[in-house]
Amino acid sequence: MTDLTSLTIAAARDKLKAREISAVELTESYLNAIDAANGALNAYVAVTPDKAIAMAKTSDARLAEGKGGALEGIPLGVKDLFATEGVHTQACSHILDGFQPKYESTVTGKLWGEGAVMLGKLNMDEFAMGSSNESSYYGPVVNPWKAEGSDEKLVPGGSSGGSAAAVAAHLCAGATATDTGGSIRQPAAFTGTVGIKPTYGRCSRFGIVAYASSLDQAGPIARDVRDAAILLKSMAGVDKKDTTSVDLPVPDYEAALGQSLKGMRIGIPKEYRLDGMPEEIEKLWAQGAEWLKDAGAEVVEISLPHTKYALPAYYIVAPAEASSNLARYDGVRYGLRAEGRDIADMYEKTRASGFGKEVQRRIMIGTYVLSAGYYDAYYLKAQKVRTLIKRDFENAFRAGVDAILAPITPSSAFAIGDKELAADPVKMYLQDVFTITLNLAGLPGISVPAGLDNKGLPLGLQVIGKPFEEETLFKTAHVIEQAAGTFSPKVWW
Amino acid sequence: MSVDLATVKRVARLSRIAVTDEEAERMMGELNGILGFVEQLSEVDVSGVEPMTSVTPITMRQREDAVTDGDKAADVVANAPNADQNFFLVPKVVE
Repeated sequence: MTDLTSLTIAAARDKLKAREISAVELTESYLNAIDAANGALNAYVAVTPDKAIAMAKTSDARLAEGKGGALEGIPLGVKDLFATEGVHTQACSHILDGFQPKYESTVTGKLWGEGAVMLGKLNMDEFAMGSSNESSYYGPVVNPWKAEGSDEKLVPGGSSGGSAAAVAAHLCAGATATDTGGSIRQPAAFTGTVGIKPTYGRCSRFGIVAYASSLDQAGPIARDVRDAAILLKSMAGVDKKDTTSVDLPVPDYEAALGQSLKGMRIGIPKEYRLDGMPEEIEKLWAQGAEWLKDAGAEVVEISLPHTKYALPAYYIVAPAEASSNLARYDGVRYGLRAEGRDIADMYEKTRASGFGKEVQRRIMIGTYVLSAGYYDAYYLKAQKVRTLIKRDFENAFRAGVDAILAPITPSSAFAIGDKELAADPVKMYLQDVFTITLNLAGLPGISVPAGLDNKGLPLGLQVIGKPFEEETLFKTAHVIEQAAGTFSPKVWW
Repeated sequence: MSVDLATVKRVARLSRIAVTDEEAERMMGELNGILGFVEQLSEVDVSGVEPMTSVTPITMRQREDAVTDGDKAADVVANAPNADQNFFLVPKVVE
């Protein structure tokens, strides 16, 4: 019998429905795989075996009656940013020490409502701030991929590094993730998985620990485009508890797969061609455009003139919102408390010992740019630049472009503890140069594996679409996947 | 614009994060690096441009002004590091 963890969600779904396998068997296979691998990969920060088996049993009972939701019996991992009732929820921060919410996030609640099984909580950069998963209080996640002939440990990307690594290493069938500046798409690219950041408002943010509220959006990381489509269908939808969630029908994303690209116009933004970009990425991008042409699309060059200002605008807007959102961690209502001589001293000591370096840095920047006398120069200016960035995309779409093809990352996965990146926060921020524009404009983007570099490490391409046209992304990414194939790491753990 | 040590300490105070002199020194370098990076925005002409307030052009929904949740005091304090009879306990604030 083949290893059940090798099944995609689509394949497992069919076998569960046909009662060829049981949800308990499938769940046990994953729990065993986690046991065997997590010491080496550190993808999970909490495993919930009892809950998983109980949920799987319920699924088997429903399946036996010929009932069951869209994800009945499918074992999933959940990023530690999502509130899960009675289960470890700490955004991988020390400051939320011991926090177990009394409520469930809307997105995870919807997944369980469709019959999915929770395996546990996945590692991430602290409060989703990072591009390498090295800022987690629980230590870095190790990428299941290694360069050929090398034993060096690589990062899985971030902030959803645990989600991406767990999906790539088959430690869950799929995972929830979130993306504020690239946190779904960059780790997906580094691990050879598929990740989609939907349009802002497509998924409810209720119960997701807030980082930068105007940019945060939930989405899935999965093994292939079809699985991502299946997961997003169950995660998306309007929610009374999040007034920024949008009341639009959720289409059957899976049905978009295999649709023709004939008559589609794909834009190639010339500003994404950076100086010093590795030739392999340039080649892969050109190859991606060829694949789309072969599928009947027309490829045109477009201009998004304000692209270079996206990163600096982000590093004002996101820290500003974070400094406000993270004010709630004060040692009073939940999590860690460090004693002090008075209440202010208690606040300061709690926050100094509870927040890691990168989080402190972003709170400080945010506090500074919002402080008296600087608001107009920084925050207001950045929000105006954001309008211009969004306008660039609107102009391209108005000129007849249906979707945009771009790289995801400026390189393949880098080493854990990379000295150059650790020494200069701005260098690490540049990881998100191709992804961050979408968050600022609220647009959807999908990351799909498109090949391996000369070290044998996965590289991805990004398809960017119009607001709420995720179906276009799925059908376009599916064409790339059909041409490029799918990629799995060699098991070494 | 760049920040000096006194500004870093003032911002840390506003952020309610205790910093040692050594940490403030380190942060000064990092913050100035980031502020230097975002300085690029000064090149952009934003005259006549409205600041973005929402990425989606949809107006906020309003709900009926009615109580739909509550009566969960025990749940609210369940995760508090120090609580008593559904009150949060903090160091003495008033002498």
